[in-house]
Amino acid sequence: MADFISGFWNMYVMGLVALSILFCVFVLVSNMTKREAGEVQLHGHVWDETLAEYNNPLPRWWLYLFWITIVFGIVYLVIYPGFGNHNADRGEHSQYYAEMQAAEAKYGPIFAKYQSMDLAAVAADPDANAMGKRLFLTYCAQCHGSAAQGNKGFPNLTDDEWNWGGEPEAIKTTILGGRMGVMPAFGPALGGEGVKDVANYVRSLSGLAHDSLRAQRGQEIFAANCVACHGPDAKGNPMLGAVNLTNKSWLYGSSEATIIETVTNGRQNQMPAWKDFLGEAKVHLLTAYVMSLSKEQK
Amino acid sequence: MQSQATYNYKVVRQFTIMTVVWGIVGMLVGVIAAAQLVWPELNVHEFLHFGRLRPLHTNAVIFAFGGCALFATSYYVVQRTCHTKLFAPALAGFTFWGWQLVILLAAITLPLGYTQGKEYAELEWPIDLLIAVVWVSYAIVFFGTIAKRKVSHIYVANWFFGAFIITVALLHIVNSAAIPVSFMGMKSYSAYAGVQDAMVQWWYGHNAVGFFLTAGFLGMMYYFVPKQAERPVYSYRLSVVHFWALIFTYMWAGPHHLHYTALPDWTQSVGMIFSLILLAPSWGGMINGIMTLSGAWHKLRTDPILKFLVTSLSFYGMSTFEGPMMSVKTVNALSHYTDWTVGHVHSGALGWVAMISIGSVYFLLPRLYGKTQMYSVKLINTHFWIATIGIVLYIASLWVAGVMQGLMWRATNSDGTLTYSFVESVKASYPFWTIRLVGGSLFLVGMLIMFYNMVKTIAGEKAYNAPVIAPAAAHA
Repeated sequence: MADFISGFWNMYVMGLVALSILFCVFVLVSNMTKREAGEVQLHGHVWDETLAEYNNPLPRWWLYLFWITIVFGIVYLVIYPGFGNHNADRGEHSQYYAEMQAAEAKYGPIFAKYQSMDLAAVAADPDANAMGKRLFLTYCAQCHGSAAQGNKGFPNLTDDEWNWGGEPEAIKTTILGGRMGVMPAFGPALGGEGVKDVANYVRSLSGLAHDSLRAQRGQEIFAANCVACHGPDAKGNPMLGAVNLTNKSWLYGSSEATIIETVTNGRQNQMPAWKDFLGEAKVHLLTAYVMSLSKEQK
Repeated sequence: MQSQATYNYKVVRQFTIMTVVWGIVGMLVGVIAAAQLVWPELNVHEFLHFGRLRPLHTNAVIFAFGGCALFATSYYVVQRTCHTKLFAPALAGFTFWGWQLVILLAAITLPLGYTQGKEYAELEWPIDLLIAVVWVSYAIVFFGTIAKRKVSHIYVANWFFGAFIITVALLHIVNSAAIPVSFMGMKSYSAYAGVQDAMVQWWYGHNAVGFFLTAGFLGMMYYFVPKQAERPVYSYRLSVVHFWALIFTYMWAGPHHLHYTALPDWTQSVGMIFSLILLAPSWGGMINGIMTLSGAWHKLRTDPILKFLVTSLSFYGMSTFEGPMMSVKTVNALSHYTDWTVGHVHSGALGWVAMISIGSVYFLLPRLYGKTQMYSVKLINTHFWIATIGIVLYIASLWVAGVMQGLMWRATNSDGTLTYSFVESVKASYPFWTIRLVGGSLFLVGMLIMFYNMVKTIAGEKAYNAPVIAPAAAHA
């Protein structure tokens, strides 16, 4: 459906709005009868043996209520956007920008104060930490969890294992610009048995139960296909977001079935970029808070 | 002159009985969904997941329970107030079986995950087509009956039923317009895109409230309230004014569902203005219903059917006041996306729609079997009190929960950060969700009592078709 870019639709809607209000006025005016003294008469028709109607005049308080809402409506349409594109610049957009500006003026300095400080110093500051936590609970907890413990597909931030690097600046870069992690699908290249072999080898790397014969075969497959990203020692490569396969941290799970699924179909994962939405000052605080999470564990 | 012909009560009986049955089914699903919010572990299987049961609940209570009640009462009322048999009885029979098929298909496809993703219009395109066919047949039967009426004036209840039938056809066809891509896969894409799709959806969505859940049930009200109270309708003039004003303003109220979204500002404002202007036309119906009782108030003490009807009007008045208030942008900024909205909908759905339907069914059932009263009037009274307590618990708890959620979401610290994370507002909602579950369960218990009373009333009774009555002398 095309956008309503023609001026016709504006006139059309204005016409409908005016017509509908005028119609209400017309119906009201044409039914404002004089109140007559004495008994109210029946309207004169009878249906289904007993159904009849009085013809009481419209209740006065109800009539006033109706008029008040109509007048309010017209006044509102004069002051605010509503009658076609009349007053279009006085709506929620300008309200939003005004509120955002006021908020920036009021709260901006509070955050700016920490931006010039070294990340380690910010992480040690209890006030900054509390602010960072509040930001985390609003913007990050949906995926990483309220306690930053992560979830399937969403990294645990408390274990000091970092897929994209754990240095303060690396964490900040991750939050500012987001990350796009891609593990390619090896199912077609390796075949079912090959995938199972390599999965057993991967399990052996972190000391999990495995079929040693398969792991032995898997080692060769690993050397031929996986080392480019995960490295010969399988310790990963933070430049690519290739995860360390020798530790206890698993993004999608460590069961044989899950690893087979990961290797067969690959994985795609995205951390959104927060630079434009939060601004660098808030990201600075968040970075310090995330750093403090894994420090607590040590 | 008494003719030998009889009214067609068969289709009315079918729809009336299914009203009670679907009411129980729909409300049971609602109770399960409410329980899932309190105990998330009840989401045992993808077919029974909250996200799939919730649309099943809304479809079942609105279109199965409410729809059957509207079919039953409109077929009954249009015959009796036109003093003639139903037009095209075979087609009327088709509307019953067609509508039951729609409901059955909904009950199968929604848990399986087939959906168009449009609220109150989830059903996929083949079912949409079936709905359209049934609905056009309904219109032919209804307006055919009006056309062959034996009285010159059309009774007010039929205006409302007529407006409901025409408008729902229009709404359904426009909003369901889609490009089908698969029949067996039951998949289609909306004919509209982006914010226009949202606007069409809520034009439909709010008018489903306005014409399905309001105009249709006002038709019910205009017959069963004066009948049960045995009093004339309060004001013919008021019914004319509020009917036309309601029809004209409801049409534009939909955008208030999209406040503070990508929908252009001015469109939102139009929605808000017409929602506010809608207050008086809505109340016109309440006044006309309640004032019809003047001179018969004492009957409320002894007649539980009248209690249902009058209480439904009170809830109607309350929720049609609440609705316009919530459409005001400033109020909406607090109430939107909270349980306040859910509470508001249920004060309309349980308080108004369900209670007026229940009252009307209690009126209808014995008459469809040649009796004058239900098996147990005492049980009607019990049903009334259980249902009322249930509704009050339900809406009061969600008011509190909704306002609390709205306030928690907007609370900020001195540094501008949010005071509460989202999950904290979820945690804080548990006690209220528990009370809501209790309220909803009570309402369901009431329906089970009704079912028992219905079975006892009709068991062993012969179906009865009343003779067509000649119009009163003034009309002849």
